[in-house]
Parts: sequence; C-alpha cells; structure tokens
Amino acid sequence: MDTFAALGQGLFVALQPINLLFAFVGVMLGTAVGVLPGIGPALTVALLLPITFKLDPAGSLIMFAGIYYGGMYGGSTASILLNTPGESSSIVTALEGNKMARAGRGGPALATAAIGSFVAGTIATIGLALIAPTVVDIAISFGPEDYFALMVLAFTTVSAAFGSSVTRGLTSLFIGLSLGLIGIDLQSGQARLSFGVPDLLDGVEVTTLAVALFAIGETLSVCAAGSRAEEVIEPVKGSVFMNKEDWKRSWRPWLRGTVLGFPIGAMPAGGAEIPTFLSYALEKRLCKKQDEFGNGAIEGVAGPEAANNAAAAGVLVPLLTLGLPTSATAAIMLAGFQQYGLNPGPLLFTTNPDLVWGLIASLFIANGMLLILNLPLVGLWVRLLAIPRPWLYGGILVFATLGTLGANPSLVELGMLLVFGLLGYVLRRYDYPIAPVVVGLILGPLAEQQLRRALAISVGDPIVLFQSPIALTLYALSALALFGPLLFYLATGHRAPVGADED
Amino acid sequence: MSDQPSSSARSADRAGLFIALGLAVLALVVGWDAWRLASVNAHSAVGPAAFPTIIAAGLAILAVATAVEAIREGAIARPRDEAGPMVWVLAGLVGQIVLLPFLGFSIATGWLFAATARGFGRGPVWAHFLAGTVMCFIIYLIFAKGLQLSLPAGPLERLI
Repeated sequence: MDTFAALGQGLFVALQPINLLFAFVGVMLGTAVGVLPGIGPALTVALLLPITFKLDPAGSLIMFAGIYYGGMYGGSTASILLNTPGESSSIVTALEGNKMARAGRGGPALATAAIGSFVAGTIATIGLALIAPTVVDIAISFGPEDYFALMVLAFTTVSAAFGSSVTRGLTSLFIGLSLGLIGIDLQSGQARLSFGVPDLLDGVEVTTLAVALFAIGETLSVCAAGSRAEEVIEPVKGSVFMNKEDWKRSWRPWLRGTVLGFPIGAMPAGGAEIPTFLSYALEKRLCKKQDEFGNGAIEGVAGPEAANNAAAAGVLVPLLTLGLPTSATAAIMLAGFQQYGLNPGPLLFTTNPDLVWGLIASLFIANGMLLILNLPLVGLWVRLLAIPRPWLYGGILVFATLGTLGANPSLVELGMLLVFGLLGYVLRRYDYPIAPVVVGLILGPLAEQQLRRALAISVGDPIVLFQSPIALTLYALSALALFGPLLFYLATGHRAPVGADED
Repeated sequence: MSDQPSSSARSADRAGLFIALGLAVLALVVGWDAWRLASVNAHSAVGPAAFPTIIAAGLAILAVATAVEAIREGAIARPRDEAGPMVWVLAGLVGQIVLLPFLGFSIATGWLFAATARGFGRGPVWAHFLAGTVMCFIIYLIFAKGLQLSLPAGPLERLI
C-alpha cells in the first residue's frame, strides 16, 4: 500500500539524528509548559515561531508537533498533582486524578495517564496516517465554494464548542474576523481598517495576538484574582507503578477513550475537550464501583486522558489535509507552516511528501519518547510546579515580549501586545472563549479568499455558493452545530454540555 | 472591571451591556470602513468591501443578542478582581515600551520582570529589577548573538 511506503519514507526522515533531537527538544519543552500553569502548547508554539524562523522547516514542525503532544502529557501531571489543569482538555482528569493523588495514589494516576496517552496517541496516529490520504483524495475535488462552506463549518463548530454560550463563542469569532480584516487587501490593494498606521498595513500577526491573549491576558487575570487562586501541590507518595488491578481497570477505558477522541478530533469540529467530557460520563456509567467515582476512580483518569490524546492526533487530520485549524494550537501550527511558505492542504501531500510524512512519523517517535521520559522524570516536573508564581509569571511576560520583539522589533507591535492582552483579560473575565478569536484571525482571510474566488468564477452570482452538494451538506452541519444546543434544550429541558475554553 | 454584583436579580448585567456597546461600536467602525471601500471602483465581481460588510452585519446582530441576553439573564455575581496587582503588571508593560528605545532590551525588560513580580506580591522591586536585568542581559546574549534576533540595544548592550 502507498500509505505504508510513504510512512516508511517519513520514518526515515524522522529518524535522522537532527530530527530526533528536534522531537526530543519538542517533547521536553512541551511537557514542561504543559505542567506549568498559565502556559499551554498554543502559547509555546507561538513564542517559538519567530525564533525558529531560520531553522529547517521539517525540523521545526517536528518540534512543534512534539510540543503539542508533550503539552497534553504535561497537562495531565498538573491536573493530577495540583488540581489546576495546565490546559482545558485536562479539566476532567483533575476531577478523579487529584482525588487519587490526595489518597496517596498519585503514582498510579500519573502512570495510567501516561500509558493511556501513549496507547491512544499511537492508535490515533495510525488512524491519522490511514485516513489522511483518503481525505486528500476527496479534498482535491473541492471547489472554492466547498472550501468556503468548510470554513463556515469550522467557524460555527469552533464557536459553538468552546465557551459557555453560542453567542459568546460567535462574539469571540467575529472579533477575530474583524482583526483579520486589518491590512492591505491583496486582491484590490486597498488598505482596510489601518487608519493610516503603517505598521497595520501588514495586518495583525497571529503570533502577537496569540501571545497577548494567552500570556498577557492570563497573567492579568491570575494576578487580579489575587489570593483567590491558592494552590496545593500533592506529593507523589508510594510506587508510580500500577498494580494488576489498575491495569485491569485501565485498558478498556483507554480504548474507549481513543474511539471517542479520534473521530471527534478529526471532524472539522475539533477540540480535545468534548471527547474528554464524553469519556468521563461514559466511564462513570460503565464503572462497576460507582461509589469510587468522585473519590478517585482510575477509570476517570484513564478514559479522558486517552480521549484527550486521541483527539489531539485527530485535530491534525483537518489541519494537514484541508489546512483547517480547529483549535488554537492548530491555528498557530498553521501559522508555522505559512512562515515557511507552506500551505497545508491536499497539495502539500504531493509537493512536500517528505515533510508531511516525516511529521506524521515523528508523532510516533514523540509518543514513545514521552512514555519513556515521563514517569522517570516525574520528580523534575513536580519541581517545576513549585516555582513561585511571581517569578513564573514575570518570566512568562519576559519571554512573551521577547518573542514579539524577535518577530518584529517595533514599539507598535509591543503596543498591540498590550492592547490585545487587555482584550484577553476582558474575554476571560466575562467568560468569552479565546480560541475562536485566534481561529477567526487566521481563517477569516482564507475564507474571504475562497468566497471571492467562488464569486469571481460565477461573475458575482451568489447562487454558486449553494449549488454544490458538498457545500450544502457542510452548511447543514454548520446549522446543526449552531442550533443543536438549542434543539437539545428544547427537546430535553436540559442545557447541552459544552466544552470549556482551550489554552 | 466595573461591575458590582447587584442585589436585585432582575436588573440587567451591566458588564454585558458594556460589551454589547463595544460590539456595536466595532460594527460601526467595520461598517464605515466597508462603506468607504465600496465607493472605490473594484475591478472584480466582488470588491474588498463585501466581506467586511458581512462581518459588520454579524457584529451588529451579536451586539443586539448580547444586550438582550444581558437584560434577560440579569446581573451575574462575579468574584471581585483586585485592581492593585493589575496596575503593577500594566505599569511593567507600559514601562517596558517607554524604556526600550532609550535603555535597551535588558533594562526595560528587567523592569517588566520586577513590576510583574511585585504585582504577584513579591518584592522588593529594586532587587528583582537587578536580577531581572541580569537575566535579560543573558537572554539578549543568547538570542541576539546566538540566534541573530534583532533586539533593541541600549547602553548595557553596547558594552559588548
């Protein structure tokens, strides 16, 4: 089969010593930032983008993928030992995991999270390798109107999935879309929303916006919370190894979590949160020891952690095959591709097969490295948790401004960092999700391009948008994503479960 | 920032109304820009104004929806945020922008570090300023010399 030949070639790329080094640096950095409260994988990749500009594209993308996977592992450590999830897809892990740690079973909780993540990550990466060529074959026949419909679907699902209400999600999205308008319109050469400021003609940098929203906004909201957010680190007592019963109770939740996580992550709906919530609910229902749930049941850690990592691999399917980011981290990885003049999408598989398959193969390697490194190094990660918060956040702001200055040494850029940081604080304060802002900024211009291309072919007749069956199906799905929660409410009288914000 | 949890549950959520106002203003700005662009002669079937018009309309609808939600759901009690620490962090960021052109990366960013630490309740400011400046000088050496990143230099950076 072609896929395996391509994957073998990719493995050859990924196994080159320099790329192994990049993968190693990526997983170490990713785990470290995943553990630290306040910085997630999206922020780390955003900070590293300007620094890696001069490096080899394949190497840096392999490193970014390592950060992405490592961040997922690290997030679970913070959730279990600190009860403050490093990123939102670990929120559910904290429910049972922290209870286990308090009961002196932190070791097995970390172990089932790590091994479950490995199992799920490996299966889901195989899924990614198998499914990607098929999606590419379908996507090649997409016209601009289909791409536009696909982006509308991504917009609606990202807004509906993140945050506490659809209105709030859409508001975040439209703020992002408005920011995406700033700068020179490439087709007509007209400056839009730049108010005569020359620095705005190039548009808003994705990295500046992401760093501001995640680093500055988070710092402001944590310091404003003051003593409200005191934290207790649970020491890891006893063995980190799982006993026979732990294994017996863990392997089914791992597989069920994978089955839930990968397809949901791979849909243009995206996000790793929803599958973790679903997995938790499922394990709670299936668990034989009902009274243990809520007091530290290992199934409640194993399932959601597997779902989390499987979804993380799933998110790479629309990113690599369609160029469609469905999470904040994926949006910034897309910016990473663009920095090297590469456009993820069906064509990338024919123009740069070595890079794409090298990246996919490196995911297997990153996963293996994480399994080997994580448990022995747990003491090191715990020490990271103990960094005093004044120094931690001081350091985060130093690196945030360093990354921004490195990309563009201008005071206007720093000013934008400050303004968007305040925006990030306001969004957090009033429960508006962050990810749709970033996705709106990066996908808005792409959606406009496809819309205008479609309308140019039809000489301005908007009917063309609604003629293709693919586009119509995608619009139907968008409507379902938008009004689904409302229908759910009307039908059952309960509010639909919605995911939390991704970091 | 400016919301007091109201005692009567029926009064509107003031923060929500402010956000609705902000969205309405943003809709007007984007819409005005689109109107300006629409008068420019476009060569293609769809000009640069089409997409901004859609976004402006969306923002206007969201402004109304946010206002309706704020009135219908009433005031939401939110935990109080402390202004003092935020002022320190913001002073750090603004100070860095002001100092950067004159004193260079290390000193300006050292101030940012000290002010942030102070915002999180860790003093004294001068000790953190010194430590931060030394740390940022090392960062400057690594990134500006090692990775050839162009960072603003000041008196300290010119010593090397």
